[in-house]
Amino acid sequence: MTDVDMPPKQTFRLSQLIYDTRYRSLTIQVVVFMLFMAGAAWLVDNTIQNLKVLGKDFNFGFLWNRAGYDIGQTLIPYTNDSTHFRAMLVGLLNTLLVSFLGCVAATVIGIFVGVLRLSSNWLVARLMTLYVEVFRNVPLLLWILVIYAIFTEVMPVPNAFRVNPATGEAAASMLFFDTVALTNRYTAIPGVLFSNPLPGILGLAGPLWSALVALAGGLFLNSRLKARATRIQEATGTRPSTWWATLLLLTLPWMAVLWAQGFHLDVPAFNRFNFQGGIKVTNALVVLWLALSLYTGAFVAEIVRAGIMAISKGQTEAAAALGLRPGRIMSLVILPQALRVIIPPLISQFLNLTKNSSLAIAVGYMDLRGTLGGITLNQTGRELEAILLMMGLYLAISLGISGVMNVYNNAVKLKER
Amino acid sequence: MAEIAPFVRHEMLPAEPAPASEAGVLHWLRANLFSSPLNVVLTFAGVFIVYWLVSHSAPWLMHSVWAADSLGECRAIIAERWGPDATGACWAVIRDRWHQYLFGFYPWEHIWRPITVFALLFVAIAPVLFSSVPRKLLWFTLAYPLLALWLLWGGTIWPEVMIAAGFGIGALGFMLGARFGSLGAISLGTLAAALFWVVPAAPLEHALAAMLPIGLPEVSSDQFGGFLLAVTVGVGAIALSLPMGVLLALGRRSDMFLIRALCIGFIEFIRGVPLITLLFVASLLLNYFLPPGTNFDIILRVEILVTFFAAAYIAEVVRGALSALPRGQYEAADALGLDYWKAQRLIILPQALKISIPGIVSTFIGMFKDTTLVVFVGLFDPLKGISDFVRADFAWKGIYWEPYIFVGCIFFLFNFSMSRYAMYLEQKLKRDHR
Amino acid sequence: MKKSVFLGALTVASFVAGAAAAATLDDVKARGELNCGVNTGLVGFAAPDANGNWAGFDVAICKAVAAAVLGDSSKVKYVPTTGQTRFTALASGEIDLLVRNSTWTFTRDTDLKLDFAGVNYYDGQGFMVRRDLGVSSAKELDGATVCIQTGTTTELNLADFFKANNMSYQPIAIDTNAEGEQQYLAGACDAYTTDASGLAATRAAFADPENHIILPEIISKEPLGPVVRHGDNEWGDIVRWTLNALVAAEEYGVTSANIEELSKGTQNPEVNRLLGTEGDLGAMIGLDKEWAKRAIAAGGNYGEIFAANIGEQTPIGLARGLNAQWTQGGLLYAPPFR
Repeated sequence: MTDVDMPPKQTFRLSQLIYDTRYRSLTIQVVVFMLFMAGAAWLVDNTIQNLKVLGKDFNFGFLWNRAGYDIGQTLIPYTNDSTHFRAMLVGLLNTLLVSFLGCVAATVIGIFVGVLRLSSNWLVARLMTLYVEVFRNVPLLLWILVIYAIFTEVMPVPNAFRVNPATGEAAASMLFFDTVALTNRYTAIPGVLFSNPLPGILGLAGPLWSALVALAGGLFLNSRLKARATRIQEATGTRPSTWWATLLLLTLPWMAVLWAQGFHLDVPAFNRFNFQGGIKVTNALVVLWLALSLYTGAFVAEIVRAGIMAISKGQTEAAAALGLRPGRIMSLVILPQALRVIIPPLISQFLNLTKNSSLAIAVGYMDLRGTLGGITLNQTGRELEAILLMMGLYLAISLGISGVMNVYNNAVKLKER
Repeated sequence: MAEIAPFVRHEMLPAEPAPASEAGVLHWLRANLFSSPLNVVLTFAGVFIVYWLVSHSAPWLMHSVWAADSLGECRAIIAERWGPDATGACWAVIRDRWHQYLFGFYPWEHIWRPITVFALLFVAIAPVLFSSVPRKLLWFTLAYPLLALWLLWGGTIWPEVMIAAGFGIGALGFMLGARFGSLGAISLGTLAAALFWVVPAAPLEHALAAMLPIGLPEVSSDQFGGFLLAVTVGVGAIALSLPMGVLLALGRRSDMFLIRALCIGFIEFIRGVPLITLLFVASLLLNYFLPPGTNFDIILRVEILVTFFAAAYIAEVVRGALSALPRGQYEAADALGLDYWKAQRLIILPQALKISIPGIVSTFIGMFKDTTLVVFVGLFDPLKGISDFVRADFAWKGIYWEPYIFVGCIFFLFNFSMSRYAMYLEQKLKRDHR
Repeated sequence: MKKSVFLGALTVASFVAGAAAAATLDDVKARGELNCGVNTGLVGFAAPDANGNWAGFDVAICKAVAAAVLGDSSKVKYVPTTGQTRFTALASGEIDLLVRNSTWTFTRDTDLKLDFAGVNYYDGQGFMVRRDLGVSSAKELDGATVCIQTGTTTELNLADFFKANNMSYQPIAIDTNAEGEQQYLAGACDAYTTDASGLAATRAAFADPENHIILPEIISKEPLGPVVRHGDNEWGDIVRWTLNALVAAEEYGVTSANIEELSKGTQNPEVNRLLGTEGDLGAMIGLDKEWAKRAIAAGGNYGEIFAANIGEQTPIGLARGLNAQWTQGGLLYAPPFR
C-alpha cells in the first residue's frame, strides 16, 4: 500500500522519448531532421557523382563569357559582345517589366470588369460574364498564341507605311499627327532627345535629375501656396482660388527646365525595311502583356466581384441615403471596404502573373526564361547551373512581390483596437 | 334593425395591364439597357463589340470546309464555292486528326482502354463529389488509380497487385501497431509497406507474372499525347498530390518548429517558381539528382514534378479549410482525449476536406490548363505539341486557327463545367455551415 | 518497361549506382528497342503521320541503326526532343542516339561531352525573303527584321554575319518552325533564316512559292549528323559505320531492290564485305555478319532515303548539292570497308 504514496521515480527512461509528450515532439523533430539531412546529402552526392560521370563541373564561370546572341528588346544596353550575365540581367529586367505592366493592367481590367459584371445593364453584365468565363477556362498559352496571331495578321506591315512614289500615298498611316506607328512587328513611338543636356549626377541623366529638382521645387512652392490659402480662409472665411497657380507650379518649372535643355521628340520615320528613330516596343512585349493582363484580369474580376458582394447591402443603402451618386458610392464606400477582402487573393494573382510571364517563349519575348533558361542554357550546356540560378531568381521575385504586397495589406487592413 | 347588406364583390376584377412604360419589351429595354446616360453609352459599346466580333468571324465560319485531304484542297474548295478572295475555316484537319488531338498516338485497336479509364473516372469520383452516391463506391475510388494505371499502360496485372498488396500490408501493420498509439501505428504501417515493396515485391511479381501472365498488351509512354496526356498528367497529379498536400498542410500548422519550417520552405519554394522551370527540372535536372544510371521515362518524371507543384497548392487549400474550422472542434477533440492523429483522422480532416473540395476543384482546373506547358519539354500536349506536328505534315502545313479553336473549345467545356460544379458545391457547403 | 519503372520509383533507394558506364549496345539489345531522339516535327526530317508512324530523313537513320543492331527497323522508340532538351536527354541516357538535325560544332563535340558519328546532311544557313522586297543579296538586309528560331546555332551565326558585315538587324525570336512560317508570311519579319533545307521545305509548302526567294548567301556551315554519348566508342562505331554503310551502298549501287541478289555474292569484294558475304566485319563492332545488309534493306541506301524523304520528287524538292556522292561532286565520302 505504501507504494502508492511513493513519488514517481524521476529517472529518465529511454521510452519516455516516445511516450512522454514532453519529449516526443523533440524526438520526432530530431528524426525528421536526420531524415531530411540524409535525403539532402543523398541528392547532393548523386549530383556530384553524375557530374563526374558526365565529366562536367559545377561552376558559374560561363556567365562571364561572351553571349554571342542578340536580343530584340532590351532595357539596358546590350550587344552580342556582352556577357551571359548581362543577357541574364536583360532577361530579368524584361520579366520584371512585363510583370509590372501586367499587374497594373490586370488590376485595372479586373476592377472595371468586376464592377461592370454587377452592373444593372443586362448586355454589359452578360458580356463581362462571357469574358470572364472564356478567359478563365482556357489555357493561357492559347490566349498568348491567339493574340500573337491576331497582332501579326491584323496590324499593317511596316512596309505599308512606305510612300508610294507614283501616287504619293502610303497604304497605312501613322497615328497622332504622324508620330506613332502601329505595325505587326512593333509599335514605334517618339523618343525624347535633348540637344544640350546637363551632365548626369549619380547615374541619373542630366534632364532627369534637373526635371526632378524642378518638380520638387514646384511641389514645395505649391504647399506654401496652399498653406497661405488656408491661413486666408481661417482669417476671412473665404478661400482664394488657387487651382490655376497650382497647375502652373506643378507643370511649368520642369517643363521650362526640359525646354532649356533642348527638348525635342525623335519621331520614327520609315526607312527601307523598318522605322528608324524613336522607341520601338516589340509586339512580343505588347502581346504578352495583353494576354497576361486579360487572362489574369478575368481572375481579378472574380475576386473584385466577390469582394464587392461581401460588403453588406446596408452600406450601399446608407451611402445612397446620404445622397451619394452610384459612381461615388462605389468609389468612396464600397471599394475601399472591399479592398480588404480583395488584397490577399490579389497577391496570389500577381504572383501567378509573374510566374506565367515565363510563357514568353511562345512569342519570343526574351525574358529570364528566354535568355538564361533558354539561349544561354542551350549555347553553354550548363543546365544545372542555369536552371538553379533561374529558379532562385524567380523565387526572389515572388518573395519580393509577396513581401511588398503584404506590407500594403497590413497597411489597409482594418485596424482592430 | 335594418339589415345592412355588406357589399362584397364575388368575382375578382381582371388585372389592369401595367402602364405601357412599365411593361413589355420597351420597359425591359429601358430598365436593363438604357436606364442612365452611362448605361446608354455602355450598351452601345457592347453592341459595337458584339457586332465587330461577329462581323469579323462570321464570314470565316460560314465558309467552313469539312471534307478535304489537305489545306491546299480546302483553299481550292473555298475559292471555288465562295469566290477567289473568300477566306474560310478548314475543319477538315480536325476530321482528319481528331483522334490524335484526343489520344495522341495511342494504338487504335486499344483505344477502348483510355475510353474505359475515362468513363470509370466518373464512377470513381462520384462518391467524392456527390453525397447521394452510395459510400461503398469509395472502395472503387481507392482501387481506381491502380486500375487506370494497368489499363492505360498495359502489361501484366501483377505490379499493380503488388502495389495494392503493399498498401494492404501497410494497413495490417497500421492495425497491429495501433496499440502503440497513432504514431506507432503509422510508423509500423509505413515500414511494413516499404519493406514489402523493397524486398519481396519485385521477385514475387516476376514469379507470378511467369506463372499467370494475365495482362494487356503494353503501350509505352511515348504513345501518349493530346488530351489523353493532359488528363493523365492532370488527374494523376491531383490524385497523387492529395495525401502529400494534406500532410504538408498539417505540417505547416504543426507546433513543431522544424516540421513547420520544412513544410513552409517546400510550399513557398514550389509556389514561388513557375511550373515551366519545374518541368525543366523534370526533363533536364532530375537525372542529376538521382543515382547515376537511373532513368525513367519523361512522363513519369513530369508527373513527379507536377505532383509536387499541385501538392503545394493543395496544401494551401487544405490549410485554408483547416483554419476555417471553428476552434471548438479542436478543443472538443482534445476534451475527448484523442491524440493528435486520431483527432485529425476522426474529427478535423473529414470536415476540412469536405469544405476544401471547391478549392481542390479549382486547383485541378488550373492544373489541367497548365498541362499544356509540357510541350516545352518535348511532350505532345493537345494545344501546341499536337498542332505543331500536324503542321509538320505537308498536307496541313500553314493551318493555324482551326486547331486552336477546337482545342480551346474542349478545354472550355471541361473547365467550365468543373468550375460550375465547384460553385454549386460552394453554395451547398455554405448552407450546411449556417 | 513501365513496371520496373514504377516499382523502381517506389523503391528508389534501392537503386545501385554505376549503371551508366554500361555499354549502350548491351542496353539496347537487352531492351530490344532503340531509343532514338528526333525532332518534335520537322517536315521531311522527322514527323509522325496521321497514324503516328514516324517518317523522315532523320528517322531513316534511326531505323537503319535499329535494323543493324536489333534486326528489326521497327524496334525504335522515337523520343521527340526540343532544342533545349536534346543533348541532356542523350547525356542522361534517356536516348541512345540523337538524330535531330544537330550541327556538329567544336564545343558540342568537346565541352558538352558528345560524339558526332558523322554527317548525314550538309546544310548551311540561308535567308528567305519576299520577292517584292527587292532584295537580291543578304548583304542588303541592313536594318531588316529577321525571324529566327531560338535554341539553335543559327542565332549565333546570324549575329556573327551581321556583325562581320557591319549591319544592324532586329531579331524576332520564334519557338518552332511552324510559328516562323506564320510570322514570316504575315510580314512580321522581312527575312526568315534557318538551315537552307528547312527554307526550301518551308517555301515549298507556301500557297505562292514563286513570290518568295531564297537568297544566294549561305552564311554558315551546318554539318548535321547523328550524335552519341562521349565515351562509349563501340556504340559510336556502330552508328558511324551504319551511316557509312548507307553512303557506301549508294556508291556501289546497292539498293533495297537488288540487295538480296547482291548478297548472294558479287565480283566487287568491297560489296561482299559490306553485305557480309565475305569476311566478318560485323564481329568487329559486336554485331553479326549481315548488319549492314539489314541497315540498307530497312530504307534503302543513302540516295534512296534522300529521294524518298526530301529529294526532288518530294514536295520539299531538295537537290542533292553538297550531299551528292564524292564521285558526283558532292561531299559524301564513305571510308573503305576493309
